Amino acid sequence: MRLTGKVWKYGANVDTDAIVPARYLNVSTPEELALHCMEGIDPEFAQGVQPGDIIVATANFGCGSSREHAPLAIKGAGVSCVIGTTFARIFYRNAINIGLPILECPAAEQIEGGQTLEVELETGKIHNLDTGQTFQAEPYPEFIIGIIRAGGLIEYTRKELGR
Amino acid sequence: MGMTMAQKILAAHAGVELVEPGQFVDVKVDVVLANDITAPIAIREFTRIGVEGVFDRDKVIMVPDHFAPNRDIKSAEQCKVLRDFVQRQNLTHYFEVGRMGIEHILLPEQGLVLPGDVIVGADSHTCTYGALGAFATGMGSTDIAVAMATGKVWMKVPETIKFVYRGRLREWVGGKDLILHTIGVVGVDGALYQAMEFSGEAVDDLSMNGRFTMANMAVEAGAKVGLFAFDEETQAYVEPRARRTYTAYNSDRDARYAQVIEVDVSELEPQVAFPHLPSSVRPLSQVGEIPIDQAVIGSCTNGRLEDLQVTAQVLRGRKVHPYVRCIVIPGSQAVYLEAVRQGLVEAFIEAGAAVSTPTCGPCLGGHMGVLAAGERCVATTNRNFQGRMGSPQSEVYLANPAVAAASAVLGRIGGPAELAR
Ligand code: SF4
Repeated sequence: MRLTGKVWKYGANVDTDAIVPARYLNVSTPEELALHCMEGIDPEFAQGVQPGDIIVATANFGCGSSREHAPLAIKGAGVSCVIGTTFARIFYRNAINIGLPILECPAAEQIEGGQTLEVELETGKIHNLDTGQTFQAEPYPEFIIGIIRAGGLIEYTRKELGR
Repeated sequence: MGMTMAQKILAAHAGVELVEPGQFVDVKVDVVLANDITAPIAIREFTRIGVEGVFDRDKVIMVPDHFAPNRDIKSAEQCKVLRDFVQRQNLTHYFEVGRMGIEHILLPEQGLVLPGDVIVGADSHTCTYGALGAFATGMGSTDIAVAMATGKVWMKVPETIKFVYRGRLREWVGGKDLILHTIGVVGVDGALYQAMEFSGEAVDDLSMNGRFTMANMAVEAGAKVGLFAFDEETQAYVEPRARRTYTAYNSDRDARYAQVIEVDVSELEPQVAFPHLPSSVRPLSQVGEIPIDQAVIGSCTNGRLEDLQVTAQVLRGRKVHPYVRCIVIPGSQAVYLEAVRQGLVEAFIEAGAAVSTPTCGPCLGGHMGVLAAGERCVATTNRNFQGRMGSPQSEVYLANPAVAAASAVLGRIGGPAELAR
């Protein structure tokens, strides 16, 4: 699958309170959560984000609370893919489980806000359409590919249980 | 080659002799946990799996603690989703408001989490139970939905970083200061994807309270789990509480570690984490003049009896600064009751502090002490991210209970040593 979108760039240690502040956790649908997505650090985001846009961050994106509301808000906002140099482990797991494409790529540092990327999910190739650069994301472990192929952890589990 | 505690517990729960770091395993879980924020999504996803009931009604525990007692109508509805599910599934262990506590204080206190367990919770501070020598880790709601349905989760076996704390702790210095200092040293992603193992004479001397505080904040260094060896202290805590058998696993002498970090604690001062990261740590003597509007003493990090005893020791016979709100929140009803019996609550109220029924409340900016723009709070909680306790323009400083209480009296961040005797 090819994803194309404009980059929203963030730095290191973006925590889940920044992605969706706790005061909004009294709701849980992606659409409602999307209204406050990134509000903690970027009040412009929820207004400006376009379907297909890509979030690029550096180290430890999604640290802090285990709230699945964070990747749900991002997915609800229409973001097609999140790229970071590293991710907090719970966020990474949550994104895979709910079917939000997430890529670890050390070169994420070099990508700038407003640039347009084209991402090939199968190969992990990230093309920067503005600069012509191509970066390679870390490959997924085989086990995780199984979850992604199934369409998320619930679908994967249904299959395992023969439902 | 020997194994670490983390490897041993995961191997036992995967039904194999040996596991290596990096390996993916399916493990059986002993306890699955969710709260009023994470349960509604977990229940929604659970329903999608298409199974009728949870894998074991004794092993799924839900605690309404974050926005409970119900904060507003929407929170009430979320709590109701949890309550309805608990009743429909006839879950064995349920703690309603009035018996409820902050989950990570309640579960160990009630003997529901035990050494050697694998515990997964839809809450990042599930790692608190590492203090008991349990492999306990936070996950998202979908993972928890699957664990509720199948009694299993997938795990990647982590490498372990071993921390060795040498020397004796000084007065007013405790588990909170050890862990804040440690996060300051390794950074908020210093143990990403890894297990932390805490050892050395300084932690051998720590009470279970101090160990819970340390294990609680392992996630603030990015860790999957923060483990303590099982010793006499653990045994004395667990024996009177446990209602099922458990197994103690300690690391082998020849276990392989990703890294061993030695820390000399004999000169360590109380530590304060500055906004907006738990790793922005300074020793108390280098804090400078920071006036505060609020002091919060409570949370799953420091809301246990010993924390309240220290708080009372500082507040007794003193008055909270006229312009400071000092809010004390016992972590469970048992803690609260004992604090009443021991006269601690009286000391708090006489000092001019507010005391609340157990709740997460202000820790996550939920209720009971949300901050306005420009306000500063010193808190015994575990996170000081921007906007964590309210307005994105407010500030949270993390400290131990003695420092939080002394700061409430001083009206600025300071320690008990500064208070007139
Ligand atoms: S007290 Fe704070 S950190 Fe602990 S479970 Fe509640 S919200 Fe989370």
